[in-house]
Amino acid sequence: MSTTGYDYRQVEDSITMAPLARQLSENLHDELLTLNFGPHHPATHGVLRLLVTLEGEVVRDLRPMIGYVHTGIEKTAEDKSYWKVIPVVERMDYLAYYFNAYAYVGAVETLLDLEVPPRARYLRVIHMELNRIMSHLVWLGTSCLDLGAISMFWYCFRERERIMDLFEQSSGQRMHTRYFQVGGVMEDIPRGFAEKLRQFIAVMPERVDQYEAILDRNEIVVQRLRHVCPLEADKLMELGVTGPLLRAAGVPWDLRKQAPYCSYEDFDFKVPVGGIGDNYDRFLVRIREMRQSVAIIEQALDGLPEGPWMTDDRKVALPPRHELATSMEALIHHFKLVTEGFRVPPGEVYFPIESPRGELGCFVRSDGSSKPARVHMRDPSFVNLQATGPMVQDAYIADMIATLAALDPVLGGIDR
Amino acid sequence: MEVIRQGGVAGSLPTHPGDAKTDLRIRQLRARDLLSGDLDGAELERHVQESILTTTLDKAVGWARGNAMFPATFGLACCAIEMMSIVAARVDVARFGFEAFRASPRQADLLILSGRVSIKMAPVVRRIWDQMLEPKWAIAMGACSSSMGVFNNYAIVPADKFMPVSVHVPGCPPRPEALMHGILKLRQQIVSGPDESWRARYQAIGTEELVAIEGPKDEGGGA
Amino acid sequence: MPDATGLELLAQELRAADAESVVSTTHFRGKGTIEIAPAAVRATLQRLRERGFHFLCSVHGVDYHPEEPRLGVHYELLDMEKVDRLTVKLRVPVDAPEVESVTPDWPTADHQEREVYDMFGVVFEGHPDLRRILMPEDYEGHPQRRDFPIGGEPVLFTLDEARGTQYTR
Repeated sequence: MSTTGYDYRQVEDSITMAPLARQLSENLHDELLTLNFGPHHPATHGVLRLLVTLEGEVVRDLRPMIGYVHTGIEKTAEDKSYWKVIPVVERMDYLAYYFNAYAYVGAVETLLDLEVPPRARYLRVIHMELNRIMSHLVWLGTSCLDLGAISMFWYCFRERERIMDLFEQSSGQRMHTRYFQVGGVMEDIPRGFAEKLRQFIAVMPERVDQYEAILDRNEIVVQRLRHVCPLEADKLMELGVTGPLLRAAGVPWDLRKQAPYCSYEDFDFKVPVGGIGDNYDRFLVRIREMRQSVAIIEQALDGLPEGPWMTDDRKVALPPRHELATSMEALIHHFKLVTEGFRVPPGEVYFPIESPRGELGCFVRSDGSSKPARVHMRDPSFVNLQATGPMVQDAYIADMIATLAALDPVLGGIDR
Repeated sequence: MEVIRQGGVAGSLPTHPGDAKTDLRIRQLRARDLLSGDLDGAELERHVQESILTTTLDKAVGWARGNAMFPATFGLACCAIEMMSIVAARVDVARFGFEAFRASPRQADLLILSGRVSIKMAPVVRRIWDQMLEPKWAIAMGACSSSMGVFNNYAIVPADKFMPVSVHVPGCPPRPEALMHGILKLRQQIVSGPDESWRARYQAIGTEELVAIEGPKDEGGGA
Repeated sequence: MPDATGLELLAQELRAADAESVVSTTHFRGKGTIEIAPAAVRATLQRLRERGFHFLCSVHGVDYHPEEPRLGVHYELLDMEKVDRLTVKLRVPVDAPEVESVTPDWPTADHQEREVYDMFGVVFEGHPDLRRILMPEDYEGHPQRRDFPIGGEPVLFTLDEARGTQYTR
């Protein structure tokens, strides 16, 4: 194995923890123990490695070490045409794939100065809010699993299966659906989608009621989460934290309200805001957000406008297939788009949206060719992870696990 | 359309190796050769081994192993979400006895590599695989761990490069039903096949970890 | 977003404080970008903080190969009260990729500057812990530079393998 002289054990031993050295307390019985959590660990949400310095059971310092799912997605995206980047970029934050796709597609549409038809915008909103609910359900199930309440896992995944059925109906895939395209959506929703969605909307609020009934006043949940690991709003903002974590601390910052995009201004919904920013508030904010997302979906479905679901600009979007038989221009456009892809005028753009974990921004730089010159996702989990250390300072290990759960890190987005 | 049936000698020759009926046929032919004194050497030994080893006890052990596998919790990326789906109620893996996901690799015998293996993670996966006790199996779930998947770049390693994999499940991510199909295929292998360690199954030469010692040069196994 | 005139006024203010700091301004698709000299990054961000841009959303790197200077670092600023966004960017050449770290003022830049270092090789002076964050600690090279090869395995189809065809990506 050591043909190159590289011995991973040696390398690991060489990483010094000198910066972690802290003053020992006066009581000589209390030593600082540095413990390694992960990267394979049942409680971490993905392959997150933590170096935790403990004094007894109290966490004195925490260093996250990431990079164990680094996939080089941003580099791969530079190699593919703009259309083909969409499935690659979707796989970053693997629970919020519609949001990844929308951030990228929105950035490219901004560069192209392209107008998206209203039906496509509403369909995008419907799918994004369904994805938000799905992401929060997975988060709730796995977080309660971390706390020890396994029943929530079954309930949440039961709901998630219904949402997956809806995604499968509209795009054919359960996850990573490639449904959002530059200029609109891939296809119109099929017959039966609206009815199935209405059934889901009818059922979901009472399911959220059930979750609240199980969790809200549950003595164990309250004791484990109330007043545990709070962090003040200005410290959070210094660390760049956005999303439900910031809202739980009392800052009503939600890009859907503050800087509306994709016709979110047409919908009437509330933004749940917490009180003191402890774990309990973080839990409640996300559960309440699920209910608000259902309200948005209902309004979007009721007001779904008729019309095209894809832009008419043939330089960017594929022409419908029946035109290929009759129009020479359509054939040429189709050929150019499929082989080379569309060209985007040079420029740089940063397109931020509100994903289930916070502000997801996509930076795209184009140099005039048919492949992007740089695609970067400002992933919310990557920035939120920096808040873990300050949050669990002087808390117990069990609280650290609960805080990590409430932080909702998705390692695919962190490592990209 | 006329259906031509192959009769006579040609019809009795095994056509699909691995098929239960064909294996039986092969064993019958060998038994016939054994009785007539035509089998010898390695073939004879193999036949004796096979006919003795696939006894009821072996079958019982295989059945027990296959029906009570302990998968290790090893969710890496997106495929982990679909792996969680098979634990959930719709595609219930507990029907087959697989619901006890063990956190410690020492207690697990199935490693479902769900997700992309980056170069930073590969030594960790290998170490966990080494910590698992024999007999152990691995399923490479999804396109990224089986081959490079969607991402053919500097950061990903296909699982076959550093550990032996029994079943590859394609998909990105594979549907829970597809993963179930892969798991059941593996289960069939375990239940029906005689027990071989993964080294024998793969003729895994050179996958042992060799630590260099001072002295005469020993052959290093291929990395 | 500060509109074009607002952007120019802002740039004028920054120039008034420090004459060489602002290199150029761009207003593209409704958003303003100010390019500054690398030496003035920390001071400029502080001045912008006083102007209301309290939130640093993102620090990311760009490789402008083959234009020189090659490596760029972008800082995305956000003013939450006025809901204003501003991009501050700077460019450094590959042979002198030192930039002063803004982590002491903006703790959010910690991991993000480490990522820019890891992927592009921009060295942030004054950063408390500048190590690789996504790649293994001993990795050589900076992967997201444009001249770094994308790597990967050659896709070998079974038929080609059987035929012995020399197949590459």
